Amino acid sequence: MTIAAPFPVREVERAGLGACPACVSAPAAQAMAKAAQPVDQGVMLSLPTAHCAACISTVEHTLMAMPGVRSARVNLTLKRVSVSASADVTPGQLIAALGHAGYEAHELDAGILSSTDMDRQGRDLLMRLGVAFFSMMNIMLLSVAVWSGAEGATRDLFHWISALIAIPTVIFSGQPFFKSAWMSLRAWRLGMDVPISLALILASSISLYETIEGGHHAYFDAAVMLCFFLLLGRYLDHRARAIARSAAEELAALEVPRATVLVDGAEVIRPISEVATGDLVRVRPGGRMPVDGVVTEGSSELDRSLLTGESLPVFAGLGTVVSAGEVNLTGPLTVRVTAAGKDSSLHRMADLVAIAENARTRYTTLAERAASWYSPLVHLLSFSAFGFWMWKTGGDLRFAVNISAAVLIITCPCALGLAVPAVVTSASGRLFRKGLLIKDGTALERLAEVDTVVLDKTGTLTMGAPEPVDFASHPLWAAGLAAGLAAASSHPLAQALAKRAANDGITPAVIDDLQEVPGYGIKGRWQGAEVRLGRADWCMADPLDVTATYLLAGARTHAFAFEDHLRPGAAEAVAAFKAMGKDVRLISGDVEGAVSGLASRLGIANWTANALPAEKADLVDNLTRSGHRVLMIGDGLNDTAALAGAHVSISPATALDAARVASDIVLLGSSMAPVADALRISQQARRRIVENFLISGGYNVVAVPLALAGMATPLAAALAMSLSSITVSLNALRLK
Amino acid sequence: MDILAYLIPISLILGGTGLAAFFWAMRSHQFDDPDGDAARILCADWDEAPKPAPDTPIKTD
Repeated sequence: MTIAAPFPVREVERAGLGACPACVSAPAAQAMAKAAQPVDQGVMLSLPTAHCAACISTVEHTLMAMPGVRSARVNLTLKRVSVSASADVTPGQLIAALGHAGYEAHELDAGILSSTDMDRQGRDLLMRLGVAFFSMMNIMLLSVAVWSGAEGATRDLFHWISALIAIPTVIFSGQPFFKSAWMSLRAWRLGMDVPISLALILASSISLYETIEGGHHAYFDAAVMLCFFLLLGRYLDHRARAIARSAAEELAALEVPRATVLVDGAEVIRPISEVATGDLVRVRPGGRMPVDGVVTEGSSELDRSLLTGESLPVFAGLGTVVSAGEVNLTGPLTVRVTAAGKDSSLHRMADLVAIAENARTRYTTLAERAASWYSPLVHLLSFSAFGFWMWKTGGDLRFAVNISAAVLIITCPCALGLAVPAVVTSASGRLFRKGLLIKDGTALERLAEVDTVVLDKTGTLTMGAPEPVDFASHPLWAAGLAAGLAAASSHPLAQALAKRAANDGITPAVIDDLQEVPGYGIKGRWQGAEVRLGRADWCMADPLDVTATYLLAGARTHAFAFEDHLRPGAAEAVAAFKAMGKDVRLISGDVEGAVSGLASRLGIANWTANALPAEKADLVDNLTRSGHRVLMIGDGLNDTAALAGAHVSISPATALDAARVASDIVLLGSSMAPVADALRISQQARRRIVENFLISGGYNVVAVPLALAGMATPLAAALAMSLSSITVSLNALRLK
Repeated sequence: MDILAYLIPISLILGGTGLAAFFWAMRSHQFDDPDGDAARILCADWDEAPKPAPDTPIKTD
């Protein structure tokens, strides 16, 4: 592999640009130092927006140009890139570099083990599929000769060769069906795989018997063809699930696995599981609270939006109670732990979700419902045909078994086995290309039944990143002053303000003695007087009821209002929901002003503000109880219970881990427009599935009486099977 | 009909070769990224010559 090989020349060239001349003159030492370093780490990033050849080369070149990156390989099918880099390269750097190149990227968990496991399963199925295909083609060649009239010794020879190919194939390729049939029999159920296995075994053994006896009809081609078509369905099904699982479940956890603990005044980094109640934990600006606790030192502001939906940062000082999952914005905080790990509020929420998920009634898919009456019916038909012909012919076992095998082969659920996976694969492939990951196979069917859409605000309809709205209406001096102060802070509101000022071409005022007061704002000296930018009370201003930051200059105050930037495609998606006749509702934990503004902008009449997490879940519950099928779209921890309780749920990739786990579909890109497409495609897919049932039912209605009457030949069975399989696959591809 | 004695083994061998090629392709991970492989033929990166070994300097365009 390329990973292990050292790359002395390139590494030295790069190092030579910035490093000391001595290193350049001692390339061997450099190379040795490189080689002695701990070997590369593998990083896996999800690339939801990559879609073409140019994307591949841009992404690979961008990453390869970074120092420390050894190799980068894009997998366009799975929309990810695997990078091998030296240990000092963080995934954050890679994501930032890709962001500069215009590509959205998310880190995937290094638990690649499970995906290779899925790969192995997929390859195993593919291998059996390949064997079945090879045998099917060769046997068909021989069968055509028999059907077109080969007689006597030639026919027997052809049957023997077919048997030599078919029997090992059925034994090898049929294993997935045999195993699953055996498992369902042991559990006293009559699953779909029981009639399939019975048909495979019966068809092969009867044909073998006929071959030995020199009979006219052998069903080897039918047995192998059955195997092939059903394996194809199984493989499609597997691949759709593998793609979804690999990306959705491996999106890296946002929950911090480590905490900085103060032990006798020294900072020690510990896994979260080893943090105990009473410990002191240090949280730096920009960091996420790893534990529940009380602030003992420092002051700052906290972003609680993922937990409560509030878009306004909250002040945190001595004695403030903090919960795990909140983001510390401005100053370092020391927190005395009141609950960590399993007891923390983050974990309790996740547990709630697990309970809600278990309580979610197990959804029976169309295919399962069809199979539950189809399998017994098929067995009944086959056995009654056997009984009838035994009685009619006065005990001709060979003839009766032949007929019952023909019935099993013809009715064999090719359509059920292939039609549904073909439609689901085609639909989820289409959604995947639009940036939606279906985590659960039944989600598509459930999505088609939705009549009510419940939306969260912060982070779902909006990007969760505030932007100044009335910046241009302020006098130039105030804007310049605010820009000058804002440039000194990393607070999200200040940064948004500074960025806007730069965009508008406003020159920041020159301010002396700039100083950030954590938790309050920034102050400085301008033309001899103190100026402040920050919280309302600190700037002695009257607070507005929307997100705002305040400027104090002399005795005058100015309020800069902010509004959360609308997620691209959100307006289109809401309009599309309404056009489809869905009942659209907005429920948010944010203050009334912010929620009503957004609701009127999007034309949502039914909105709720200041909602607690439990109220969100109650709303979904009540709607469900009154007979509605709810689609919940949300991203925060406060949405998780509602997400898990809804009929089907969607969360953006930026959502909190628990929210993504609780939802059925993950929106990978930042635009929300694909959600409306998803609704449309799911409805189409459901229609196609029903159509496919009708098509294959139609073939059975024609062919089964023939088989029962003893008139079905291997040719008729082969025709019925291949025609119905091809029609249902083509129908599945009609999905637009 | 003697021709069958040649034709049938030939067809089986040809089919078997195809099957073996398929196994080889699968084991060497050629089905892992069908979309990417389809797109990669449009990349100009390594058109003129084979991709150099990783330890030689990379010349871009």
